[in-house]
Amino acid sequence: MKHRRWFKAFALLAVLSVVAAACANDSGGGGGGGGGGVDCATVEFGCVEVGADEAINLGAAQVISGADATLGQDQVNALELALDHLDGTFDQKDGTLLDHPVKLTTEDELCSAEGGQTAGTALAADASIVAVIGTSCSSAALGVADKLLGDKGILLISGSNTSPALTDPALHNPFYARTAHNDRIQGAIVAEFALGADLGAKTAATIADESPYTQGLVGAFEANFEAGGGTLTGSEQVDSEDTDFKPVLRSLAEQKPDVLYFPIFVAACTLIIKQAAEIMPDTTLIVSDGCLSSDTLKNAGKAADGVWASSPDLSAFQTNEFYSGEFIPAYQAAFGSDPLSVFHAHAYDAANVVFEAIKKVAIDNGDGSLSIPRQALRDAVFATSGYKGVTGTITCLPTGDCATDVTIGMFLGPGWPVEGGKGDTTAKYTDTKSLDDVL
Amino acid sequence: MAGTEAPRVEAVRLSRFEQLPWRRIILIILGIVVIGVVGVGATRTLTLGKAEGGYSAGAWRDFVVQGTAQGAIYAMIALGYSLVYGILRMINFAHGEVFMAGSFGSFFFADAYEKSGFLDRDPILALAIVTAVAIGVSVGTAVLLERLAYRPLRNAPRLVPLITAIGASLFLQNTFRGFFGPQPYGYPKPVVLAGNITVLGVPVQRIQLLVLVVAVICMTVLQWFVSTTTTGRSMRAVAQDREIASLMGINVDRVIVTTFVIGGVLAGIAGVLYSLTFEQVQFTMGFKPGIAAFTAAVLGGIGSIGGAALGGFVIGLLQAVGPPLILTGFGIPSVFSLKDAFVFLVLVLVLVFRPGGLLGTGEAEKV
Repeated sequence: MKHRRWFKAFALLAVLSVVAAACANDSGGGGGGGGGGVDCATVEFGCVEVGADEAINLGAAQVISGADATLGQDQVNALELALDHLDGTFDQKDGTLLDHPVKLTTEDELCSAEGGQTAGTALAADASIVAVIGTSCSSAALGVADKLLGDKGILLISGSNTSPALTDPALHNPFYARTAHNDRIQGAIVAEFALGADLGAKTAATIADESPYTQGLVGAFEANFEAGGGTLTGSEQVDSEDTDFKPVLRSLAEQKPDVLYFPIFVAACTLIIKQAAEIMPDTTLIVSDGCLSSDTLKNAGKAADGVWASSPDLSAFQTNEFYSGEFIPAYQAAFGSDPLSVFHAHAYDAANVVFEAIKKVAIDNGDGSLSIPRQALRDAVFATSGYKGVTGTITCLPTGDCATDVTIGMFLGPGWPVEGGKGDTTAKYTDTKSLDDVL
Repeated sequence: MAGTEAPRVEAVRLSRFEQLPWRRIILIILGIVVIGVVGVGATRTLTLGKAEGGYSAGAWRDFVVQGTAQGAIYAMIALGYSLVYGILRMINFAHGEVFMAGSFGSFFFADAYEKSGFLDRDPILALAIVTAVAIGVSVGTAVLLERLAYRPLRNAPRLVPLITAIGASLFLQNTFRGFFGPQPYGYPKPVVLAGNITVLGVPVQRIQLLVLVVAVICMTVLQWFVSTTTTGRSMRAVAQDREIASLMGINVDRVIVTTFVIGGVLAGIAGVLYSLTFEQVQFTMGFKPGIAAFTAAVLGGIGSIGGAALGGFVIGLLQAVGPPLILTGFGIPSVFSLKDAFVFLVLVLVLVFRPGGLLGTGEAEKV
């Protein structure tokens, strides 16, 4: 009988606490509705409520640990500069957006699908996140972070995803956009370079790995190379964790290709450079920005001489006075070093595109709080047209590509534009294309 | 005796259908299909013209050499798996990390010697010291593993040490990652090992020749050790029956430690050879060779030394020669992307026909 009484008391307490927890969520931000004709209570995906004394929460999903950390950390640094520049100057003091401070919530996406899953879940669960700048790597976004965030109506805009699959009409998530280039352009420019006067190649072979980034580049290269009159003699795929590529290279060497294009990541790329030097010494080797790293030059040594690498050509930005006169000095002052990678300007532009969109669609509830409708924010970003960013003119297409004209440069090893690059590190060949020019 | 008659037992008569030896029939059909596929694929590949993707004699020769050199390294690591399985009836999944530890340990010496020029001035002495360091680190790791991770679980159910081994493998990988970072380090190669050398008219890379020679010497020494010396015979005795061996006066603990030491020595040498071949060390480098070597040990007959050696060479050759020989004939565009699938398919087929592995007894042994 005693037990019965304790049990009843406990059960009552449990029920009361569950009810209390459920009711607690409803408090705060009750304003809603208001001007702009958007009813936050009924519109799809709702609104983000920013209280009168609260900061606007900007999310970031970037790789900040591991072998590719420089790629993500560089962009996080750029985002902090974007917060700084809200007040119009780089004074290491953050500005405000619509009288609210902006805070950055960063999640590590580990440059992998698993990392994209964790980061996406963490950010999607936070109802105060307005938009997310990310991911760093296409593998973390494709079907993972873009879906997790898109299902909650949270806009995901990337400064470094380049895989064509992310903006393919069949696969594109409506809440995904990017200011980085689409690799269909990079692959086309590499193919054009291979066929052109510098190399004059007639035959080519390719090696891809299992990542969407590599497969996008190889696909674009092959399509444009063949359309330009070249012949593809072999197309192999390897595992990025393999070490022995000698049989694959020997097999491709049979047909004596003029060019071997293998846009894979640093670990496997270094090994192929070394092994190809012995197995196919007469073939010109071309890699892309996934391999463009000081680690490659260090570990491949002499074998990296004469290897071509394609990458966004930042020297195009050097003529932009804001970039070289204000942005880079501010970066050096705030972080004590030169930029770590090549996508900082794209991330900076992504953040500013989002800020402009927030200014357009945020509803002032009159008491100092804001309501930002998610669908309207997304529509405003996708309506961005002719915006003058650091990387160029930004006009977003319905499929999510916002970089209109893309300049890609070809760099000859050891003159790569990274730490450890020797000699002349300017691009030996550059071209600018837009999506309409390529296959 | 009234009443009770013994119940008549009727012989159970199987119908003609049930009498057929179904297992053998299925095996025979499967065998014919496999031989058919291999035969058709190989003939078609070999009759392909150059323009259609056929390979020249030089290419086949190179594939065989590459496969054998890679297989030699797998064989040396596989010996570690087989020896430990023979003695303890457990798979030491952390053996790949023992191999990696030796490599990493020797990297610092090799790097220092290269920077000072010692590596090229006196390559034999330099490499000898580097190998000694690698052996030391590998043996140290193996002995620590045995003492801390496996000895307390000597009498636990078979699944428990298996899981511990996987845990130890992850622990070692991440310890090295924590200490040395996730990036690959370039491993130096002495000038004397660069380039090719022609042996019996076959151009071979010097490092590949070194790998083959060292591997064969190690395996011969091991075979002599296990068959003639007292310790070797104690190892075989403990492998046969642990209890009786201890009753016969053999110090079982010491024998088990010796087994791990020998496995560590071989892994350390394999580590140096692997690093010289690929000129790179990284904390993940033990994972794939570990799996390949484990597959090799199972393929050749787990627990058997000859089996591990044979399995290593077979896996190496399958990886290099298999996809181009058999899959090109079927017009598959990127044959090397199926390399791993091909190797594991062969493993499955071998185990179907010979459950104990190539050099096993032909009967299944339950793990």
